[in-house]
Amino acid sequence: MKVKSTKAQIGDWIFVFICFLVSLICVLPMLNLLAKSLSGSEALIRNEVYLIPKGLNFDAYAQVFRNSKYVRSFFWTVFLTIVCTLVSLTMSTLCAYPLIFERLKGRSAINVFITVTMFFNAGTIPNYLLMQKLNLLDNPLVLIIPSCLSIYNMIIMRSFFYGIPDSLRESAEIDGANFFQILWKIYVPLSKPVMATLALFYAVGRWNGYGDALMYMKDEKFYPLQLYLFNIMNNTNKMEVATQEGFSSPGLAASMKAAVVMFSTIPILMIYPWLQRFFIQGVTLGAVKE
Amino acid sequence: MAKEKENKPTIVIEKRKVDFKVYIKRYWQLYALLALPLIYLLIFKYIPMLYVQIAFKKYSIGKSVWSMPLAKNNGFEYYIQAFRDRDFLYALRNTLLLNLKDLIFGFPAPIIFALILNELPFKGYKKVVQTIAYMPHFLSWVIIGSLSLQLFAQDAGMVNMLIEKLGGEHIKFISDSANWVRTYIGWGIWQSFGWNSIVYLAAIAGISPDLYEAASMDGAGRFQKMWHITLPGLKPTIVVLLIMNLGYIMGGGMERPMALYNNLVMDKADVIATYVYRVGIKGLRFSLTTAVGLFQSVVGVILILSANWISRKLGERGIW
Repeated sequence: MKVKSTKAQIGDWIFVFICFLVSLICVLPMLNLLAKSLSGSEALIRNEVYLIPKGLNFDAYAQVFRNSKYVRSFFWTVFLTIVCTLVSLTMSTLCAYPLIFERLKGRSAINVFITVTMFFNAGTIPNYLLMQKLNLLDNPLVLIIPSCLSIYNMIIMRSFFYGIPDSLRESAEIDGANFFQILWKIYVPLSKPVMATLALFYAVGRWNGYGDALMYMKDEKFYPLQLYLFNIMNNTNKMEVATQEGFSSPGLAASMKAAVVMFSTIPILMIYPWLQRFFIQGVTLGAVKE
Repeated sequence: MAKEKENKPTIVIEKRKVDFKVYIKRYWQLYALLALPLIYLLIFKYIPMLYVQIAFKKYSIGKSVWSMPLAKNNGFEYYIQAFRDRDFLYALRNTLLLNLKDLIFGFPAPIIFALILNELPFKGYKKVVQTIAYMPHFLSWVIIGSLSLQLFAQDAGMVNMLIEKLGGEHIKFISDSANWVRTYIGWGIWQSFGWNSIVYLAAIAGISPDLYEAASMDGAGRFQKMWHITLPGLKPTIVVLLIMNLGYIMGGGMERPMALYNNLVMDKADVIATYVYRVGIKGLRFSLTTAVGLFQSVVGVILILSANWISRKLGERGIW
């Protein structure tokens, strides 16, 4: 390996610096938010907080934890996310696994049936009317069932299944295993990477989504976290919310808003770095169609 | 295992005319597994397609969609209404404009980022930068909307605080519609450039190192290699993604605009998705908004199918 020239080394450092700036742009907004959530109310009212908290205190977080509505919404969303992820993973597996058998009769028809739904969406109102018809409006199930299968994710899983050598299942078939056993004993154990990826995709989708709840859910009890946040940020009857939930003094209100947002982001920020290897593989599988 | 793969048993035996009963007896399990997903798709994706006819009928509560009376003008009454509605025309224009700007400014960002990452000399540092750059993708639009307020609000936003400190005038980042469009596009890039770079990085990883080696021998510099090796290696990916993105130019959900917009910028920010939500679900004008939604879906399908067709004509792989 030959030693790099000085010119090349300077070039390297320029790229290192550019990437440092890019990373900074990614984290600065979050740092600002964190600083605000930890600052005292006077400093916030006087607009003195940039990236370092002034008058460091944890009052805002203490307030957030005492807010029963928020805590309720938080744990409801945790529960919802876990259930949705499990249901969606199961549905994706059920859909992807049979389709890898080329001998399956009607396979191409089924593929067309599935693909059509990827490209043509009946639209917001027909979907809404369906929920109404199925009595799913205001029903907590509306946050689980209608979004329980993403065809895009299913295709990622199918691509992964295709990568598992056919010989494995063929020899199992010869040994007399049935298709359920092949799925459970061979495909599921070998698919941990893609399961981890899709679990992340589904979980993030549910954790971050609020559009469906905004349309279908009127009952505040079942508001997912993001809708709760959306309402705090955009509430038209601000006064009512302010007096009710301790957002009364403007300084504390600012730090509380910041704390609420910060706290809602933490679960995902703690999980995604550990799954990086998996989701990179997942995205790549999704891009390369057979 | 590898050996077994080589002498993979031929499936010719299966191609024989198999008795249907024998076939079902063997394969019913696969259909049983498929049943649930297919029923799900039938109910949640296909039944709403039947409801689409509301676009051509006068909606009335309590009647089934089949028995609702046809709307005026041979059923096209609501399309006429929509295209006479200034709000809808604005929403249509905004949908196209915002998506187009997203494409122009947002599409090159991950490519440039991937090229830059590829030049980093330290593996560990590269990994850290990547992890940080993926972070915004995991934030919801509600949270990004709140970050946007924290940074760009007129008085208490960090950027305007800095501008004031440096003696400048406050900029109306969020309440002026032209500036709002810029912040909207900016947050879009911020949220997606890292994530979208994954595909390009994978493509770069697939380029043969021999090419770079040979180029170095010939005395090619950093940018020459970028231009003559990396970019041509990325070209198929770029072409496919660009065409597909063009296909989605009529699309777009409501979560992003809704979390970012406010009443002062509606003239530039209201898109079809938010229009349908406001006029349809809030305003209960079901027929009109079904018509608008159908228009959006049909144009979307035509665009995507033609995008795919073009992509294949150019000799690149399609999306299916």
